[in-house]
Amino acid sequence: MKWIYRIYHFYRDGFQGMGRLGKRLWLLVAIKLLILFAVIKYFFFPNILEEHFSNDRQRSDYILQQLTQGD
Amino acid sequence: MEHLDPSIVDWSRAQFALTALYHWIFVPLTLGLTFIVAIMETIYVKTGDEWWKKTTKFWMGLLAINFAIGLATGIIMEFEFGTNWSNYSWIVGDIFGAPLAIEGIMAFFMESTFFAVMFFGWDKVSKKAHLLSTWLVAIGSNLSALWILVANGWMQHPVGMHFNPDTARNEMTDFWALVFNPNAYSKFLHTISSGYVLASLFVISVSSWYLLKKRDIQFAKRSIIVAASFGLVVSLFNLTTGDDSARQAALHQPMKLAAMEGLYEGNAHASLVAFGILNPEKKPGDSKEAFLAKLELPYALSLLSFHKLDAYVPGIDQLVYGDMEKGIMSAAEKIERGKDAVAALTAYKAAKKAGESAKAAESLQAFEKNSHYLGYGYLNNPLDVVPNVPLTFYAFHTMVLFGGWFILLFIIILYFSMINELNERRKLLWIALFSLPLGYIAQEAGWIVAEVGRQPWAIQDLLPVHMATSNYTSTPVMTTFWLFAVLFTVLLIAEVKIMTAQIKIGPKGEDHV
Repeated sequence: MKWIYRIYHFYRDGFQGMGRLGKRLWLLVAIKLLILFAVIKYFFFPNILEEHFSNDRQRSDYILQQLTQGD
Repeated sequence: MEHLDPSIVDWSRAQFALTALYHWIFVPLTLGLTFIVAIMETIYVKTGDEWWKKTTKFWMGLLAINFAIGLATGIIMEFEFGTNWSNYSWIVGDIFGAPLAIEGIMAFFMESTFFAVMFFGWDKVSKKAHLLSTWLVAIGSNLSALWILVANGWMQHPVGMHFNPDTARNEMTDFWALVFNPNAYSKFLHTISSGYVLASLFVISVSSWYLLKKRDIQFAKRSIIVAASFGLVVSLFNLTTGDDSARQAALHQPMKLAAMEGLYEGNAHASLVAFGILNPEKKPGDSKEAFLAKLELPYALSLLSFHKLDAYVPGIDQLVYGDMEKGIMSAAEKIERGKDAVAALTAYKAAKKAGESAKAAESLQAFEKNSHYLGYGYLNNPLDVVPNVPLTFYAFHTMVLFGGWFILLFIIILYFSMINELNERRKLLWIALFSLPLGYIAQEAGWIVAEVGRQPWAIQDLLPVHMATSNYTSTPVMTTFWLFAVLFTVLLIAEVKIMTAQIKIGPKGEDHV
């Protein structure tokens, strides 16, 4: 268990001793991930096949239908 | 497909191009800078010279900025797969699953572990352990690119799989065929080495600015020597991998090669166009000249494509209209076979549903016979197989021209560095400074050659782009296109602002990451 404690301290000390630039970058990463996952992914990028069909059989049938209907 | 909004194809395509091109602004610098930083740190560990530690930390700081801003810009493409490209995602699912899962796991573990040691561990772990972490970050981030390019290489030359007509999925039959797909590894080596070239240009460009400003001279000179030496070696390697990539195109994507070279009429002693201006009036099959002006290297295209001076290289006309003598099937014939494959698949599906096993087996046999042409069954016009020739041609020649310039630049810079006259050559320093944008243009041009040149295919010969698109409305795709355009532009401005601020502080500044 000592190694978990050491790893924890390694990261904690790393973050605490971080310069202004590092902190700005982490803030930027956090904001970006928030926008990407909580806004863009959630509101604009539904997984079409997951949302419209409840199982793989239905998904296969739908894609086969798309492939066999032609243009 | 029925009721497909045609603009969805264009908007999905535009959105993917936008996100991929923006993503590709950040990635190559990370791929290359990790190695340059690792080389610098190796010199520090070998010599014990604290100057090299300072130099390493400075470039590591710029690497961190680029990494942090570029981080997760690629994940957007995965969002797009599920929404805009759901047909494609389903059809390739089994093939892409393994490489992308390996990439995700590898990126997570490498980045969370060794990146942390690289930035937090300077005084916490031994010099050698720190150096090892830096090298592992370099190797890990490059291996991460390997899996993405294995997936991309498969799309350009699908191997090691079988299409299952019951599930409508391509199922992996040979993982190693996928990994050792010649298209994938030539693409991987060319892509990563182009990233190393860009990173070398970046270090030289920033260091040139210091020399022009007459500040941090020792630091800049040392950085330039490392970057120019590394740059020269990797740019020569990049030349050979580029040659191999073009050869792969000759073997597996001849239409792409013909578009790259503006070659309409195939011939047995094909010349390579060094410089050329395409005739905008030229169309496949007509008798107009393909070029308004050109400078050629005789026999070079035959030699580079097939390693023979008299090798026949098919042109766009042969690939569209066929050439019986040369054994080249016309696009019209392929379309007919593709339509037969679609019809057989339809019959198979109906027979399975009706429980007619004999008819299903017969239809399946008919499908397997023409399944290699399946994608052509969704095309209506033989000219659909021709990509955008001017865009592919000019992107390719821009990339090659700049690639050649970078080799020359590295040689000149290295020469003047070795004789210790670099800081007196101010014009050369200005040229070096402004060569950095050319590196980025070459990177983006490379992506255009690879992806525009393979149109109309999402998966070569098996799935055209319009069939890969979701049957969805274009409004949300348009909205998110502009949203991404704004978001990425903001990120790019942030990158440039933070980066330039850090460069102005310079290596003596204490505000490292």
